[in-house]
Amino acid sequence: MPSITKPVAVHPSLHRNAIGLNLRDYEGAMSTLCAGCGHDSITAALIRALWELSIEPHMIAKLSGIGCSSKTPTYFVNGAHGFNSAHGRMAAIATGANAANRELTYIGVSGDGDSLSIGLGHMCHAIRRNVKMLYVIENNGVYGLTKGQFSASADVGSKSKRGEANRMTPIDPVMLALSIGATFVARSFSGDKEQLVPILKAAIAHRGFALVDVISPCVTFNDHNGSTKSYLYTRKHMQRTTEADFVPPASEILATIGPVGSTTVTMHDGSVVRFNAVPKDYDPTDRKKVLNYLQENQGSIATGLLYVDETVANMHEMNATPAGPLWSLPYEKLCPGTAALNELQEDYR
Amino acid sequence: MHQLLRTRVNDFAIKLGNVNGTGSASANSLLMQAIFRMGIPVSGKNLFPSNIQGLPTWYEIRVNKDGYTARALEYDLIIAMNSQTYAKDVAEVREGGYLLYDSTWPLDPHLRRDDITILGIPFSQMCNESFGESRERILMKNIAYAGALVAMLDVDMGVVEQLLDEKFSTKKAMRESNLKALTLGHDYAKQNFSCPLPFHLEKMDANGDKILIDGNTAAALGCLYAGATVAAWYPITPATSIMDAFREFCEQYRKDPQTGENNFCVLQAEDELGAIGMVIGASWNGARAFTSTSGPGISLMNELLGLAYYAEIPAVVIDVQRVGPSTGMPTRTQQGDLMEAAYASHGDTKHILLFPSNPAECFEFAPKAFDLAERFQTPVFMMTDLDIGMNDWVVPKLKWDESYRPDRGRVLTAEQLSQMAKFQRYHNEDENSIAARTLPGIHAKGAFFTRGSGHNKFGGYTETPDEYQEVLDRLLRKHKAAAKFVPAPLVQTRPGARIGIITIGGCDPAVREAVDILAARGIVADYMRIRGFPFDSGVEEFIMSHNYCFVVEQNRDAQLRSLLVLETAVPKDRLRSVLSYGGFPLSARHVVEPVIAQVPPELLNARPKSEDAHRTVVSDTWE
Repeated sequence: MPSITKPVAVHPSLHRNAIGLNLRDYEGAMSTLCAGCGHDSITAALIRALWELSIEPHMIAKLSGIGCSSKTPTYFVNGAHGFNSAHGRMAAIATGANAANRELTYIGVSGDGDSLSIGLGHMCHAIRRNVKMLYVIENNGVYGLTKGQFSASADVGSKSKRGEANRMTPIDPVMLALSIGATFVARSFSGDKEQLVPILKAAIAHRGFALVDVISPCVTFNDHNGSTKSYLYTRKHMQRTTEADFVPPASEILATIGPVGSTTVTMHDGSVVRFNAVPKDYDPTDRKKVLNYLQENQGSIATGLLYVDETVANMHEMNATPAGPLWSLPYEKLCPGTAALNELQEDYR
Repeated sequence: MHQLLRTRVNDFAIKLGNVNGTGSASANSLLMQAIFRMGIPVSGKNLFPSNIQGLPTWYEIRVNKDGYTARALEYDLIIAMNSQTYAKDVAEVREGGYLLYDSTWPLDPHLRRDDITILGIPFSQMCNESFGESRERILMKNIAYAGALVAMLDVDMGVVEQLLDEKFSTKKAMRESNLKALTLGHDYAKQNFSCPLPFHLEKMDANGDKILIDGNTAAALGCLYAGATVAAWYPITPATSIMDAFREFCEQYRKDPQTGENNFCVLQAEDELGAIGMVIGASWNGARAFTSTSGPGISLMNELLGLAYYAEIPAVVIDVQRVGPSTGMPTRTQQGDLMEAAYASHGDTKHILLFPSNPAECFEFAPKAFDLAERFQTPVFMMTDLDIGMNDWVVPKLKWDESYRPDRGRVLTAEQLSQMAKFQRYHNEDENSIAARTLPGIHAKGAFFTRGSGHNKFGGYTETPDEYQEVLDRLLRKHKAAAKFVPAPLVQTRPGARIGIITIGGCDPAVREAVDILAARGIVADYMRIRGFPFDSGVEEFIMSHNYCFVVEQNRDAQLRSLLVLETAVPKDRLRSVLSYGGFPLSARHVVEPVIAQVPPELLNARPKSEDAHRTVVSDTWE
């Protein structure tokens, strides 16, 4: 409830991270979403991931579009810069923001309406540009704020609260992202924090665009029998395809010593993702194998860090921009001055 | 004796009819550039189709020793190189004028006119005999007619050869074939016609400190000099060449010589919604960011322009207007986006607009657009059009003020923030109703939540009427305050004037010529060119000091007049409209005739003093 504010007092026994902040420092305002909403669990996972990564709050830019999911940036990291923009446009705004300042950590929070309908194009092109950001889709298959219309991720045959069945084929953000060259694709479940937190951390460490599709049941409009995005259905059908540990750069040496048969991927910032319990013939760095696996296992909801490629240049690398923020370049470096103007005008004589 | 048979020096217009995609543009611009280098006031208007190859295209060149270079509607000479348009081209030659055609094939006898002189040169035959490769034959036909015109109009051959030398400095073979084709046309004309024609060129010294440049290139230069670092766009005619030029300039001037790094980022967006989104994101993060587009792009950007307005984020939009509505005529010019830009987006919104009238002002206004956008934390539109943007104009050499430093507006530094108890985004407005903003990542105390949803003056979410209205009212005050910061109108008064003529943008040369013609006909008018919105107080004063004002603009619905009626206190009946919206650049005739038709009879008899009647305006208003 918006009228309820969180207590200011912090218990002294709370753990502090590397920069001396406790978990409460990564919280935001009280959620105004429905009690039991999957989105709130994702918010909690984000808070934990950001705290564990010890990112300075004001170096975080949290952006969203419009919808239930897009309200959530208010609910984490009060000390971050927030931008609740327009429906579907977050990916474009984040792209421009990132172009101007590559030093911030970009967290985009979106929903299935925001990302798979009105903002589908922007999301796809942010993927193509490999904009360095965490892009979370809080996927519940339904339009919540407008009270229960099907979204583009609703499965064929999935039923609305009123019993109407969806007949149009869904857009699967994971398959879509893989098909257009996404460099980090994960799927998780809002009810599985143990899996979600390391995925979010790895996504933030990723070199480019990290898509994390999180099945996040809507308790009010899409948590009934006949829904394929309900808590019950998701728990029944989800299959942890990969289990990933995220190991920050400092503990790199330990991380590489995984169990026999595990895969490790070194992230661009030196951190390591160690995959355990990966099915036979599944290689999270081989797009073809990942696509094959997903095709063959369509009946279940494959979760985990499904695909990662740290070798592809991100937007800044493709554009050969300097290391610091573009906005901070001194004007003297940007303006060629009178002499250059006079000289170049010789071509217009 | 017919007027055309009398010798006329540096005062005529020609029109070249071609097929697009055949390389005629280089021949036409060669001629235009040669005349410019001869020091003669000149303009070139490219009337081209929305097509890559095969459709009719025209190029008009007007030379005028007195500096009147608006589009002429009377053609002394038409070069008809496109048989598809022979009928139209023949019909358009003024009485006593000339037609030059490719006489490789006979001209349909039905098309002949007794009142004009028809000259034929077998361009195709000559080029087929002289050049082997088929593409070269087509290209060189154009250079051959340029050669004929060199002889017929007395273009300085030395200047033309110099231009070819410069153009093909590294391609000797190309230079040779161009020169060969040029000579073919030139010699044929010399041997067969009485050259030069009665109207022709003579060297002058009117272009000493001038350049020949199109508005899109100049606007791109302006953005470069303004210090823009992020540019996002979606390809669209007629704005595309802005970003092409911007990128090219950046490659030249913004690459770090030591590291090879690019001190810029140009993003080709997925659509115009994305382009403006990127501009807003980058501006939110402190970069000078802009987009270039045209009407259809503005339509798409409306949604996020409202966000930038309401959340108070700078954004610079260059709108190179083309003919609407809908797809309209993409390669034709108009001023049809005025209302759309002024009030872009749903809800109560008002935006700052700048109206450059030529490429020099595109360069000058671009840094102003960024300064205003950052000072007022709001979208700013630079409204140009296809005529300004894509045609070459003779303008004074661009000058740069070395003391210029970007006005970043009220942006709090880390030091300022560290001394504050608490930062509140939309609180503590200054005398222009502007509140300070912060940039992400500067200081922990600067963090705030930007939102397009209802917010109070502290930046918090609200659905409370008073809190919402408080912010909305400040936004209106802020917009009004901008009137003092946009470029003031330029006013040209004449003794005895009883009417006013008002215009914006690229109409300027035609209107200034029209004002002189009207004065010669006994209708003395003061002239005002508006250069910014919200309107400077001078705009209203000018209108109130005239009983009748004519508002000249290039759209059907009198959008500038509507803005004047809506945004000033002037009575509606003082403003009459002169409208031209067919898609071609304005000509003085489009102004003179409608003004005469609407001038109240009591004003018609007011004879001016003789010196006024003959006063001509050679100098341009930006000087």
